Amino acid sequence: MNMLQANELSINFGGIKAVDGITFDINKGEIFTIIGPNGAGKTTIFNLISRIYDSSGGNLVFNGVDITRFAPHKIAGLGIARTFQNVELFEHATLLQNLLVAQHAHHTTRMWEEVLFLPRVRESEREIRRNVEEIIDILDLQRYRDSIVHNLPYGVRKNIELARALCSKPKLILLDEPSSGLNVEETEDLSFWIRDIRDDLGVTVIIIEHDLSLVNDVSDRVMAVNYGRLLALGSPEQVQNHPDVIKAYLGG
Amino acid sequence: MDMFFQLVINGLAVGCIYGLVALGFVLIYKAGEVVNFAQGELMMLGAFVAFTLIVDFNLNYWLGLALAVLAMAAFGWLLDSVVVRRIIGQPQFSTVMLTIGLGVMMRSGVSIVWGPETRSLSTPFDQMVFQVSGVMISPIYLSILITTVVLCAILALFFRFTRIGLAMQAASQNQLAAYCLGIRVKRVLSSVWALSAGVATIAGVLLAPISLIDVNMGAIGLKAFAAAVIGGFGSITGALLGGVLIGLIELFSAVYLPEGFKNVAAYVVLLAVLVVRPQGLFGTVGRKKV
Amino acid sequence: MRFIFKTHYDQDIDLFPHAGAVFWYSLLAIAAVCAPFFLDPFYLGELSFLFIWSLAGLSLMVLTGYTGLISIGHAAFIGVGAYVHAFLTRNGMPFVPSIICGGIVSALAGIIIAIPAIRMRGLYLAIATLAFSAIAEELFVRWETLTGGSRGVAVPMPVLFGNELDGEVGFYYLCLAVLVICILGVLNLLRSPTGRAWIAIRDSEIAAQSMGVYLAGYKTLAFATSAFLAGVAGGLLAHKVGYLTPDIFTPILSIQLLMLVMVGGLGSIRGAIFGAIFLVLLPTLIAILRDYLPNAIGQQPALEPGIFGLVLVLVVLLEPQGLNGAWMKVKFFFSQFPMYKNATFKRQKTYMRTERLQ
Repeated sequence: MNMLQANELSINFGGIKAVDGITFDINKGEIFTIIGPNGAGKTTIFNLISRIYDSSGGNLVFNGVDITRFAPHKIAGLGIARTFQNVELFEHATLLQNLLVAQHAHHTTRMWEEVLFLPRVRESEREIRRNVEEIIDILDLQRYRDSIVHNLPYGVRKNIELARALCSKPKLILLDEPSSGLNVEETEDLSFWIRDIRDDLGVTVIIIEHDLSLVNDVSDRVMAVNYGRLLALGSPEQVQNHPDVIKAYLGG
Repeated sequence: MDMFFQLVINGLAVGCIYGLVALGFVLIYKAGEVVNFAQGELMMLGAFVAFTLIVDFNLNYWLGLALAVLAMAAFGWLLDSVVVRRIIGQPQFSTVMLTIGLGVMMRSGVSIVWGPETRSLSTPFDQMVFQVSGVMISPIYLSILITTVVLCAILALFFRFTRIGLAMQAASQNQLAAYCLGIRVKRVLSSVWALSAGVATIAGVLLAPISLIDVNMGAIGLKAFAAAVIGGFGSITGALLGGVLIGLIELFSAVYLPEGFKNVAAYVVLLAVLVVRPQGLFGTVGRKKV
Repeated sequence: MRFIFKTHYDQDIDLFPHAGAVFWYSLLAIAAVCAPFFLDPFYLGELSFLFIWSLAGLSLMVLTGYTGLISIGHAAFIGVGAYVHAFLTRNGMPFVPSIICGGIVSALAGIIIAIPAIRMRGLYLAIATLAFSAIAEELFVRWETLTGGSRGVAVPMPVLFGNELDGEVGFYYLCLAVLVICILGVLNLLRSPTGRAWIAIRDSEIAAQSMGVYLAGYKTLAFATSAFLAGVAGGLLAHKVGYLTPDIFTPILSIQLLMLVMVGGLGSIRGAIFGAIFLVLLPTLIAILRDYLPNAIGQQPALEPGIFGLVLVLVVLLEPQGLNGAWMKVKFFFSQFPMYKNATFKRQKTYMRTERLQ
């Protein structure tokens, strides 16, 4: 079953076609990787899905809902979460607060109830915390729970971002270069987690990744892009042996 | 019709002053992303220094002006290298607070040194009056227009052809890259402050015959700020045009609109511009990359 | 050193993290309630002033310290609240509904300014508030039926539950009650989704949005909340000064408020109180200082704003976390006593981080 469909998706910045008529679909429960040289338009595709950019052509359908012109803040409520290439955490808040924000799309309390902190608010806060603590457990973040995120090491911060995305109860999660800046050991952990996310939490995953061993390790299907166009789409081996992909990476 | 032309000339002249102060904002902002809320106070301080040199020390007008500009440029350099440089990289709020604090200090310093009374500065062309096809043009206003045009031409040439001008442009585009290319970024930033303080001094001296020199002169800084925003904050031409626009609107609203509108005209225009084009008239949409 | 052993989610949700905090804050509350029995009216009056400043600081803290939006024109919101409250009180409305109306009108003003402002980033927003306050100042002078113009307008005594509240003691308790209620309200918001959304916007708009925070909505909400609190503070201030003139609500007041939150420490309620204490004490300190300075400088009226500016500059340069930050450091020093490292709080050197407006 198709979870996300992109049809002829395009966007121009001035005269540059950053994404140029890309069509692909994501099956429910798969791990889908996007590869391509720097500046190929990979992150732009993510930004289009999370509606940070307005597409200039084509459309996006998520679980039967056309999200091409959806308000950006409603994307999370549909069940799409993401991480960012250059870690975008809430730096001056604690880890716990960071993860709690991720539940925002699901909050049901009203402002006047919160001002008075009615029992209903307390109950909903407890519920939110139960969800968050589960994710903290899965990603082994207990010991940083009350630390200010700003002071934590990079690898941990990357994990926190992953945790935060998971805390919004996503159906689809977009990971933008999750392994960049991680050491070998952390990258290995990551590949386990990515599979756990899919297998245990039932979340569909799209990854942008440069580390080809990680790509081969986890992905069901791979899409290669360059200059905003689709080069190849298929199993990891198919894509890596595709002549256009080899040309894009090696030049010539 | 006479009145109309008179208003246009006066509006242009007042607008040029706003524009010059706004230009100072923009220069500093472009170079180091510091928003200098003390720009109006720099102008005031410059006017006081010029007054002291010209009236108290009895120097020739032009010599006094030149010395005042140099003194203020040195002051601007010091301000950057001693104080402002320390907060580069801190959140924008810090720079806002720092420059507001500096402005308040300058104002109270001037008040302590020079006293609270207002002064007037006579210029060499006070007594002349031009008449162009029936319209009386006061040379004070004309001198402002001419000086502004000349100054802008000099600045344009400076940025295009001198090494330091090019270095300033480079540093404003990418500090790290400029640094790697051997540009002494710190020194460049300080010289931008010096330049900006010098321009502010000229603006202050130009303004002196119109509005007298006093401690609250710096309030013009706020209107100049509005001008810079209307012009898009990143653009030097934009700042000048924004200043002229505000000057014209202000003078016309003083005549054609009920009392009180003159004082808020600049701000109403500012809000209107921001509603219609939040990035200013000449600005481009900047967007954080993720 | 205190270790908190957490056994229940409510420990994170509750206002006080542990029994020690409950103890100290109870002590503070008792002291505040008993103060009128020990202090003479002058100091009581100063304390009322302190509470009003704290409330105004709280208002700006919500906007600047928690949502990251800079307002350089907060005096206008205080002014709107003060004039509306004074007007309603003169026309016989009792204190509680009148001050709430003042707050609401101020909140509406906040929403009106927020509507253009939310599309702007950082600085443009600050400038919009500046423009707004300049316009409001002119309005206070011109709208004579409401404000009495530049001659000003007298503010009657507050009427609470049918009784006129006369004298310092009653007013002291009134200010204390209003302040405590407002602080509790803000604290409650901060431990709920709304407050967390504000903090998220402060730290990363783009991430907040992708977590489902409606940026425009929550920024407007922050503006409205902040303006409401400022309006309430204005209402109290109106009674305190007894006579409103437009020159109370000048940019100087806005700058003092900015200084309050900066000196107190951005992003903490405690900071708003610390900042207010500082602001109330500073004129006294300056008065003492004047005696030690040579007459030529010491007797200048301009000395006071100059020192305000100097303090602001020094805080930005030396202790950007303000008094609250200093407080945390002292606390940390004692709790860690033998292991304290000087480097713990060292400021990181950074390259210029771009927030360019273009």
